[in-house]
Amino acid sequence: MTSAAKPVIELEHVSFSYTGTPVVDRIDLVVERGEFLGIVGPNAGGKSTLLKLILGLLKPHSGRIRVLGREPVQAQRAIGYVPQYPSFPRDFPINVEQAVLLGRLGTGPLIGGFRRADRIAVQRALSDVEADTLARLPIRTLSGGQLQRVLLARALVSDPEILILDEPTANIDQRLEYDIFAKLRELQAHKTILVVSHDIGFISGYVNRVACINRTLVCHQTDAIDGRVISEMYGDNVRMVAHRH
Amino acid sequence: MHEFFAALSEQGFLRTALAAGVLASVGCGIMGSFVVVKRIGYLAGGIAHSVLGGMGAALYFGFSPLAGALAAALVAAMLIGLIRLNWKAAEDTLIGALWAIGMAVGIIFIAKTPGYSTDLMSYLFGNILLVPTRDLWIMASLDVFLLAAVGLFYRQFLAVVFDEEFADLRGVPVPFFYLALLCLVAVTVVLLIQVVGLILVIALLTLPAAIAGHYVQSLNMMMIVATILGGVFTTGGLAISYAPDLPPGPTMILLAGGAYVASAIFSRLLARHRARPR
Repeated sequence: MTSAAKPVIELEHVSFSYTGTPVVDRIDLVVERGEFLGIVGPNAGGKSTLLKLILGLLKPHSGRIRVLGREPVQAQRAIGYVPQYPSFPRDFPINVEQAVLLGRLGTGPLIGGFRRADRIAVQRALSDVEADTLARLPIRTLSGGQLQRVLLARALVSDPEILILDEPTANIDQRLEYDIFAKLRELQAHKTILVVSHDIGFISGYVNRVACINRTLVCHQTDAIDGRVISEMYGDNVRMVAHRH
Repeated sequence: MHEFFAALSEQGFLRTALAAGVLASVGCGIMGSFVVVKRIGYLAGGIAHSVLGGMGAALYFGFSPLAGALAAALVAAMLIGLIRLNWKAAEDTLIGALWAIGMAVGIIFIAKTPGYSTDLMSYLFGNILLVPTRDLWIMASLDVFLLAAVGLFYRQFLAVVFDEEFADLRGVPVPFFYLALLCLVAVTVVLLIQVVGLILVIALLTLPAAIAGHYVQSLNMMMIVATILGGVFTTGGLAISYAPDLPPGPTMILLAGGAYVASAIFSRLLARHRARPR
């Protein structure tokens, strides 16, 4: 492995645009091993785009990205990704176990079916997110919260070094949101975690550091996010609500 | 109906037709399940119709029609697949264009081919009663090939039809497997058109898998159930058509179509029944 001192993710002056106007503009960001980084910012502020750049799903128009010292595309298999919306049809004939098994692709031999080790890993990942009982259920019967756990299990099943989550708790109730973030904090001992959220107050109780993205990196600091930064990002009409955890 | 079973023991051509129907059901059950879950029925239709152009051109220039059909289907599959992968937008328009152009080219070449008088109906509906034994071997080989290809790379094909973005992130070469899938569909369509006709191929490719999809919870189960249903429809259609001397291909299609409509209604009612609070 690369030396522990080396940053896990490095972005240097990264810019990207879909149609000409940049959605990500000259962002510099370094994420160290074992960090739990929250990425916040307004809608359409470039948060998801930034994740897709790090995942190698998009290529930056300028600047340089390194993940584990490699090109993002080459580091993909070391990343577990939980998308904001499931990128599959909900009525697909597949059960939870099979869907999570697909997260094991990229490990093991090229041909043939899944192996015992894969099934054991799936069981472990499902029990990690407290979804063991769902294994045999068809995907189409899951509730939003159950589906979110399954997506998290699918990301964890390959035991990735980096975990990237895009609004993992946008469609689920609050109790489950606490559960999932508590789980993430537990995982942080072994992994580097990036999580996008629009709920700055909530995640600040869990993450080590927050990066605020609104096309550019607005702030990038260890703890306090004050009213000035909030209004810089969202405009002036935002009320701060104190959170204690 | 018992007339049919009596004839089955006497008439060799009926046994060949029966075997042809069952062998076609295997290929259609496997590839049809992919077509249905990936929702590329229209794409498969476009590939199937472009085949006529290749067959017509091959006949006109004196090549084997099978080679012409295969070339046309593979070109159509690659063209549609590459456009879909790279542009995303214009896919359905392109399929419609290939569909129409393929048929038009085929009809012009057939009209201009001297001494070639096969009517279009046999291409559209085929004639399962006239399948030569040699074609049974070709179909059996196709089935074995499809089973091997899908069996060896089942995980990758499943990943690509289920969730392309995630498959890509797990290092699966998505464009390769997507194009391979389309080419397998193309080869299946071409070989089976020779035997059972274009419309029966489209019917067998979509209807049994769609019916299976009403009840099963996994892709491999869908393939098995679709294959069995295909066998039931081809055999049943053959049996029903025998005594009143109906054309067997359309009888099979109507049987499959009727079963599909009935199953769509039944599965809806079943889901509503299950959802009712107890």
